[in-house]
Amino acid sequence: MDAELKKSLQKFATQIRIGTVESIKSRGFGHIGGALSVCDALAVLYGSQMTVDPKNPKMPERDKLVCSKGHAGPAVYATLALKGFYPYDEIKTLNQPGTNFPSHCDTNKTPGIDMTTGSLGQGTSTACGIALADKLRKHNNRTFLIVGDGEINEGQCWEAFMFAAAKKLSNLVVLIDWNKKQLDGYTKDVLPNENLDAKMAAFGFETVKINGNDVEALYEALENTKKGGDKPYAIVMDTVKGCGVTEVEETMGNHSMTVGAEKFDAWLSELNDKLAAME
Amino acid sequence: MNIVYNGEMDSRAFKDVLGKTIPELAENDPDVIYLDADLMSCIGTAKWGAANPDRAINCGIAEANMIGVAAGLASQGFKPICHTFGPFASRRVFDQVFLAAGYTGNDITVIGTDAGICAAFNGGTHMPFEDMALYRAIPTATVIDIADANQLESVLHQVADIKGVKYIRCSRKSAAKVYADGETVPVGKGVTLREGKDAVVFATGIMIHEAFMAAEELAKEGIEIAIVDMFTVKPLDKECLFKYAKETGAVVTAENHNKIGGLYSAVTEALAGEMEVPVEYVAVEDVYGEVGPQDYLRERFDLTSDHIVRKVKKVLSRKAK
Repeated sequence: MDAELKKSLQKFATQIRIGTVESIKSRGFGHIGGALSVCDALAVLYGSQMTVDPKNPKMPERDKLVCSKGHAGPAVYATLALKGFYPYDEIKTLNQPGTNFPSHCDTNKTPGIDMTTGSLGQGTSTACGIALADKLRKHNNRTFLIVGDGEINEGQCWEAFMFAAAKKLSNLVVLIDWNKKQLDGYTKDVLPNENLDAKMAAFGFETVKINGNDVEALYEALENTKKGGDKPYAIVMDTVKGCGVTEVEETMGNHSMTVGAEKFDAWLSELNDKLAAME
Repeated sequence: MNIVYNGEMDSRAFKDVLGKTIPELAENDPDVIYLDADLMSCIGTAKWGAANPDRAINCGIAEANMIGVAAGLASQGFKPICHTFGPFASRRVFDQVFLAAGYTGNDITVIGTDAGICAAFNGGTHMPFEDMALYRAIPTATVIDIADANQLESVLHQVADIKGVKYIRCSRKSAAKVYADGETVPVGKGVTLREGKDAVVFATGIMIHEAFMAAEELAKEGIEIAIVDMFTVKPLDKECLFKYAKETGAVVTAENHNKIGGLYSAVTEALAGEMEVPVEYVAVEDVYGEVGPQDYLRERFDLTSDHIVRKVKKVLSRKAK
């Protein structure tokens, strides 16, 4: 991987984290853990893989993202703001009355959001529908589906995975955010789902397991999904819930956190220091 | 509107109409796409579907995923038509229909066959008395209960281009013929099937036939009822409702559905606050379905012409006061 690209993607990921924390800070609470764990994936997707046009968010042959773990919305909003889909400061209206930036992704409110999500599991099927539509129309593009490891408790995910393989949706890339925690605790304690890579392979996916907080590993894995074939792709991302902010990483119950402004400022200062070190 | 009802069963079953019309719609409009959950063989689309796998998507026995896939296709400009049995087309997929389709603004059509007692030998597990109630609770949804084959064909030709979530419930068997061949039955409009000054019966689906038989019985006693096919239960044709409620001063509803949430609810919700008029219902009391021949179930769940006769007389006694 090109060193310049790697550096720029690392910076982008850190900027996404800063935007995520800033938007959540505006309300004082939010789904911070699972938003921070996918920032590297979002940086690599929007920074090196996806063809999108901020001036024409509905461009038919664009690449699409379905963030089925809809509560990671703040991370996606920050990404799209940094890409120029809307002014950056708008993300600080998160969850304010009348906002276009609700907790969970809403395609009718936020430019660049390709599908409404939030009822866990449902994005897996709608992503299959989008990928099928593009395949039927012979578009040369990909649909990326981010799914939580807690989310795959939902049976609908496995219906959709069977469907994707059956219909040979090789234009679909499933990224599972294996951050090992869900709302009530560790996934291994709530509803164990070990060996996700073997499970996805068994379901008919071209599967790889990588460090999902490493932009280089993400880039290599995603580049590999351009080669077509007759199988959908799965990338099991080994991630840290809360990644990038030490205190959030170290907090057990970090699915949703409510803290004071000074705490948010400390987290932002940690991220800004990292960003400065990259310059 | 050319009404040809004479009490005789139609030679065409509903499944014949589905098996013929769905492929026609797909062949005439490249955006129409049909999805099923392993029940193509039940409505005569299997052979065409196997030959056209890009137009007929068999999703397997995975209804929730089928609705989500349909919503995803709709988000890219397709006009999906989904089919499965009524209970699975409604209660099993309610969250998917509500959110992935309705809330998100992805326009899809869902056909639920074996409405209410038409599930007959599949029994209580397969007998939806609540499907219209569920779909009515989805904002801007269109909810339709089909009476005859020609109406089904006409409705199918209209719904793909209607915005929002569209739900069509029907039997797979044949029913008494009501509408002339080739008749267009506009969605959203009540259809006057019979005029009568004493009371009005708003009926849907298989209860249209019962209403006609009730009218015949009542006429022997000098009671003349109007019959309106209120097949679009949502959005309800309020103009038609208010007109007949005002003219007759006595309203009866008749539906193959729980009395909660269906036609009776729609009619009384619309009348409340608008006019004082006695209303009676013929519908399934708040109970679960059970197995058996449809004739037995009609008696078991109070869905016969006799029940309509009784309710008309009851509403007339209230009108007199």
